[in-house]
Amino acid sequence: MKKIQVKVCQGTTCYVMGGSGSKSILDTLTEKYGDKIEIVSVRCFEICHKQDSFSKAPYVYVDDELISSASLEKVINVIESKLKNE
Amino acid sequence: MSEELETKRIKREILVRLIKAFISDNYAENVRLIPYEMRPKGCEVPFRCCVYKERAILRSRTIAGLGFAMEDDDEKTLLSDFAKKALTRKHPEPEPLTVLQNACKGCPSAKVFVTELCQNCVAKPCMKACRFGAISNDGHRSVIDSEKCKKCGLCMAACPYKAIVKTVVPCEEACPVGAIAKGEDGLAHIDNDKCISCGKCVSACPFGATHAKSQVIDILKNIKEGKEVIALIAPALIGHMPCKPEQIQEAFRKIGFSAVYEVAQGADITAKTEAKDFQERLESGAPFMTTSCCAGYNELVKKHLPEIKPFVSDAKTPLYYTAEIVKKEHPKAVTVFISPCFAKRREVLDNPNVNYLLNFEELGAIFVAMGIEIDTCEEKEFDYKSSKEAREFALTGGVARSVQAAWKGEEGAVKPVVINGLDKAAIRNLKLWAKMGKCPDGNLVEVMCCPGGCIAGNACLGSLKDAFKKITDYGNKGQSLETERKEKND
Ligand code: FES
Repeated sequence: MKKIQVKVCQGTTCYVMGGSGSKSILDTLTEKYGDKIEIVSVRCFEICHKQDSFSKAPYVYVDDELISSASLEKVINVIESKLKNE
Repeated sequence: MSEELETKRIKREILVRLIKAFISDNYAENVRLIPYEMRPKGCEVPFRCCVYKERAILRSRTIAGLGFAMEDDDEKTLLSDFAKKALTRKHPEPEPLTVLQNACKGCPSAKVFVTELCQNCVAKPCMKACRFGAISNDGHRSVIDSEKCKKCGLCMAACPYKAIVKTVVPCEEACPVGAIAKGEDGLAHIDNDKCISCGKCVSACPFGATHAKSQVIDILKNIKEGKEVIALIAPALIGHMPCKPEQIQEAFRKIGFSAVYEVAQGADITAKTEAKDFQERLESGAPFMTTSCCAGYNELVKKHLPEIKPFVSDAKTPLYYTAEIVKKEHPKAVTVFISPCFAKRREVLDNPNVNYLLNFEELGAIFVAMGIEIDTCEEKEFDYKSSKEAREFALTGGVARSVQAAWKGEEGAVKPVVINGLDKAAIRNLKLWAKMGKCPDGNLVEVMCCPGGCIAGNACLGSLKDAFKKITDYGNKGQSLETERKEKND
């Protein structure tokens, strides 16, 4: 079975717009899921460079699903529903 | 940053858009369009009654972002005209904060009232508890006469059902000096004679109605004109950048700053001066001394607590000493203090060696607008090697520790008392100590306006926990003032 992959952006825009929320998403997910899922920290998805999309930062990918204005709650919800459907 | 995240996000978005407009070829027009781009025709209306109201508030936020007071807005002037006016301004606005009247909800006045949970009991402890005769009974439940009620809360404590509640106006409740209050129009107003610009109302308002007036356009204009602009970074900044401390200089260069100085450099001087000052005071019999580097506290002393002035250290702030060094080395430079809070605005205003203030949020917005990825910046160490204590000045207890480390007097004579956050209770204590002429808990009183220290300043970007870790890591790489002192003694 392939592990769910979560990519959390740690770039400047995601940091500024999310108030280091992306850092705490990264830390909490690692704590909560450990090896159950694959957690990757990425510098910048370069989504934020497109026109106005900086305003929807921080960004997180759960597999191919892009989560904008990502909060811990949102990300966990997506992960949980994926885990259930497996 | 958590519950106030949404209002912070809006403010940050406006700043980014403003800066983007500034670096575009059509500055004024692009500023005018900000509210329309954020709420275009037919868009969803997330917060207020209609799109027009939302745009009006966004317009006001943009005006504050341009550095003007909302109180002066006649509502007729176009945003593009404000944008142009910001470019011609020689000096920034003196008062740091402004209230957006259209964003202010006009919250119901603070009051104590009896809820339907009242059981209309026989004993009526609430009536007995009230010292002002404000509570009567209408046959079904207790009723409070708001004219007579002094909001002391004794009835709340007395009710066995906890049926009595107190509502508050968040900004009024947060302000430690009673400087913000609802006016006759029902909206919040700031009394600038009382305001110590601590910014607690800015964080407290869930509608984001209080704003700092930004100087970001003034600063960017100076850079654009090719002037030598130098950044003086507060020690707290290290904790709020998603990069290594060594990458910060390059990040500022990318914006167009010509040099970066750590204010920790001046903190070393403050620590030594304060330790010396404290030793002299103790030796001449003074009962206690308070620190002097928190701008909010200094304003408090000036406006509300003159009686404690004799007990405040004469040492100047780290910013003061750093700016002095910078102006000596670069007499023509425009100096910008990079600040975690709004309170430093007043200090900057009074110090001819510092020209502008840019807070962390505004700095972050510049990085976003210019697309600067700071984590990829080249690494370079600062020329001046600041001490461990200076680097940790921004943590609560940090200033007291620095004085201890630089202490040359009798061993064990320094007994720190840390005021971690300036609220009404802390102010009462300080008042009392000044009156008694002694502090029962110790002799070196460190006062920081924000709980947690400057790393928790109200214009900070990241979380307290994260910032604390980064700062202590950086501090641990520096040499302690204590070793320096011991080496000299050997
Ligand atoms: S910083 Fe996160 S997408 Fe660019």
